[in-house]
Amino acid sequence: MKEYHRLDEIQEDLSLGKITCSQLVDYYLTNIERDKQLNAFVEVYAEEAKQRARELDKKIELKTAGPLVGLIFGLKDLICYKDHEVSGASHILKGFESQFSATAVERLLQQDAILIGRQNCDEFGMGSSNENSAHGPAKNPVDPARVPGGSSGGSAAAVAANMCHVALGTDTGGSVRQPAAFCGIYGLKPTYSRISRWGLLAYASSFDTIGIFSRSVEDNARILEAIAGRDEKDATSSSRQVAQYSNAQPHGTYRIAYFPELFDHNGLQPEIQEAYKNWVRELEKEGHSLVEESFPFAEYILPTYYILTTAEASTNLARYDGAHYGLRSGTSNDLEAMYKNSRTEGFGDEVRRRIMLGTFVLSADYYDAYFTQAQKLRRLIKEATEAILQKVDFIITPTTPTTAFEHKSHASPLAMYMADLFTVQASICGLPAISVPMGNDAKNLPIGMQIMGAAFEEEKLFAFSKIQQNNSR
Amino acid sequence: MKVDKETLQKVAHLARLNIRPEEEDQLLKDMGEILNWVEKLREVNTKGVEPLTHMTGEVNVLRADKAEATIDRQQALKNAPQQDGKFFIVPQVMKRND
Amino acid sequence: MLDVLKKLEEEGYEATIGLEVHVQLNTVSKIFSADANHETEEANTHVSVISLGHPGTLPVLNAQAVEKAVLMGLACGSQISRYNTFDRKSYFYPDLPKGYQTTQDKTPICIGGKIPLFGTNLLQEQVELHHIHLEEDAGKSIHDEEAGTLIDLNRAGTPLIEIVTNPSVAGPDEAAACLQEIRRMVRYLGIGNANMEKGELRCDANISIKKKGDSLLGEKVEIKNMNSFSHVRKAAIFELERQLALKLAGEPVVVETRTFDPATGQTYGMRFKETMNDYRYFPCPDLPPVVLDDQYLAGLQPRANENPRVYRQRLTQKYQLSDYDLGILTEEKETAQYFEALCQQGVEPKSAANWMNGPLRSLLNEEGKNLSEIAIGTQQLAELIKLVEEDKLVYQTAVQQLLPKLPKATKSPLKLAEELNLLVSEDKAELEAIVREVLISLPKETEAFRKGKKKLLGLFIGEVMKKSRGKANPKVVQQELLKALN
Repeated sequence: MKEYHRLDEIQEDLSLGKITCSQLVDYYLTNIERDKQLNAFVEVYAEEAKQRARELDKKIELKTAGPLVGLIFGLKDLICYKDHEVSGASHILKGFESQFSATAVERLLQQDAILIGRQNCDEFGMGSSNENSAHGPAKNPVDPARVPGGSSGGSAAAVAANMCHVALGTDTGGSVRQPAAFCGIYGLKPTYSRISRWGLLAYASSFDTIGIFSRSVEDNARILEAIAGRDEKDATSSSRQVAQYSNAQPHGTYRIAYFPELFDHNGLQPEIQEAYKNWVRELEKEGHSLVEESFPFAEYILPTYYILTTAEASTNLARYDGAHYGLRSGTSNDLEAMYKNSRTEGFGDEVRRRIMLGTFVLSADYYDAYFTQAQKLRRLIKEATEAILQKVDFIITPTTPTTAFEHKSHASPLAMYMADLFTVQASICGLPAISVPMGNDAKNLPIGMQIMGAAFEEEKLFAFSKIQQNNSR
Repeated sequence: MKVDKETLQKVAHLARLNIRPEEEDQLLKDMGEILNWVEKLREVNTKGVEPLTHMTGEVNVLRADKAEATIDRQQALKNAPQQDGKFFIVPQVMKRND
Repeated sequence: MLDVLKKLEEEGYEATIGLEVHVQLNTVSKIFSADANHETEEANTHVSVISLGHPGTLPVLNAQAVEKAVLMGLACGSQISRYNTFDRKSYFYPDLPKGYQTTQDKTPICIGGKIPLFGTNLLQEQVELHHIHLEEDAGKSIHDEEAGTLIDLNRAGTPLIEIVTNPSVAGPDEAAACLQEIRRMVRYLGIGNANMEKGELRCDANISIKKKGDSLLGEKVEIKNMNSFSHVRKAAIFELERQLALKLAGEPVVVETRTFDPATGQTYGMRFKETMNDYRYFPCPDLPPVVLDDQYLAGLQPRANENPRVYRQRLTQKYQLSDYDLGILTEEKETAQYFEALCQQGVEPKSAANWMNGPLRSLLNEEGKNLSEIAIGTQQLAELIKLVEEDKLVYQTAVQQLLPKLPKATKSPLKLAEELNLLVSEDKAELEAIVREVLISLPKETEAFRKGKKKLLGLFIGEVMKKSRGKANPKVVQQELLKALN
């Protein structure tokens, strides 16, 4: 079986009878087994996938198969799939079976995609390395001594290592884009409210989006087209029409903003600085207009992000209390003890840390000083970023300041938070952004570059990303 | 901005988490680092700036008043740590907190 | 004036009472999910993944809940908030699955307004509202000695409006009157049943006393768990007395929450100290803002005008009823509407009031039905009343024999009376014969009457009425008897 990068290639071979869905599923299952030490998958739906493949092979013969037949995808352990376990990579939800599917999952399945398994991640989406997981850490297929990124580390690793063709992850501050960069694949965070959040275990409700991992721009666009759009179960989902993203084609030249201050920023790995500089030059040579801009409110972006997301998370995670579902500690005589023991035993350290901080931020004495102030900063950052995007089509930055780091290499949570610097901006503003692979560093570790666009301009984003894709080939 | 042990315990209680004595120092340190960092926000003059409270552009998203039965009692109780076929069961409340 | 209020005044104090009233809205489905919103015996059957707070679920607001809240606000003359958001109020309790309650803290849907009070000797004509806001109800917990606490989430997510008055309710009677009017309004508007015993209307009272002239309010005591209007009144009386006694003894009034025990009529501190809770309100990101415009409000105003105050005003102006009659006739909207329709049929208002508050009410009680269930049309009743007033039917006959037959009757009261031979007999001769018969059968009494015992007339009338099987006009009977006796 050859290694596919595009779904339409798979579908062509299916229609020509060169391969079958069953063969595809077997192929991915073999890869999953081969690379199981990467710990990308938490649960593999082997029998179900095989069964579904058999059904779809029949449909292909009858020419009644849906538009996504041949797509085999993986799902982050933070998104619901009916009658299957979802745990948020947490002990507190061990054994919990969801009674409904996320809308994004339903839409893919309706179009005859096959879901092959549940993928590892940081607990409740909190982390940048997939080291905060009740299932143990996931590993980077490029170098298993290193992290795949987080929080959607398992999903990124799986797609990079060909254990599935695409995967759905979640992106709240970079959790799809950063692992995509670390693993050398494409990772999209769409505009906030573009994809329904029904079935997404909430971390920070005004930041959370479902994101898409793929091996090509075309596939990312096709998946977005299939799952985006208004959902009556998510009141915040956008009623804007879904564009035909799969038809996105670059038109002429673009106006692109970049931040020259990053060229010799000492927080950036030298190879990444070089890659960024070279990219800007390349784009200029191709005839695009490159505009120098300053990173708006640079020193306030991370504090704003962490205040708001920990605050929202502290309320979103209050439902995990051992009362109606999930882990209940065995050692409790009364209600208060039940709550405290269950939550302390069930949540990992990073989650507890963020709940503590979020609770603190929202508590009466500090609400105005921290929370309201952060909401005001959010508006300022959003307006400043959108002001730039009024003048240009895109803002480009590296996706991450470094390539994939080694396991257990970060001393303090603070250092880990700094790794989110470039991705967090799009999350604060609710804007779409994609990480595209752009070469490797001296250790052969993938480098990712991020392209951010204006709200609901994913089509343009895909079009421009295709230029990068072609250049890389 | 410092967090002291009393505040830490108050916050832990609000969040229904146990903080063991041996964890306190590290947590105080972590929170202290982050809070210092977070103090930075007060540097920005935000006079006259409206807080951004909703990220969706949607407004007036309302549902028609129709009832729908989606799960039955058995399903509702299925994931419960303790139940008797009719009710969820939790340990006795020692004190009311609402 | 109540004793306790007199005592307060004598000592230079005044009462400040504020009410927080939760009213369940009678929408078909819950406020943020499509689970059924009516009562059921079966625990945990009106639930969904949303009201259970399952991971990955999101709320979607019920349009009718908004409408019903606005109707209440318009009826109270409140300012309706044009821009509405919802907030998360965080606390842990097993009947609250998400660990937070979705409510309105920043933007209550109605600001200000008044509850008019109806009753005699009340110290104020209305109670001012601070605001009304929308929120979701929690489930129910049942404490079982052996098993622990049993949780039923059927009620989790039921839409509530919380009506918060200013702390300017003048006294215990006014508090009870305020609750009664809220109940009436909610039922008139068709937004809820407001049955306090069923928990469809719940009241917490905030009670304090202060020296007259002080601008600062006294220490606030919150009283919870009162299950009827009279409990609220009694609790307020007891609490005011308790606080006054403490102040006069130079002792402090502790800020706390107390419960009321109807058996003793007293309030008690709760067993365990309440920790002051920090609810950490913040805007709920899952619910987009609700923006209401003039058109929306104008569209609801006519229905909001179907409220007790408007009916009372109209009935008073048009029909000059006594307060007593007015009170009974406007207790429920359908009663008031029936009364007006009856008057429009040509019945005199006082007569209509008497018939409705007397015989008709008795019939409803006997049958255990309400007006809409009894199926007696106003046209039918008007005809019946007319027959009595034209002396074609004897009152008792009409009430005892015809009225009970009117429900769903296909024939007119006149036809029925004819068929049942109940119309007053025009036959003078027959009547004269009966009169003679009766007097002959009571010779001693007849003698006594002629000798001066005039009271015996009643006995003779009764006998004649009996013998004539309700078909004799009592006035005519009296005439004939007097003729025959003299």
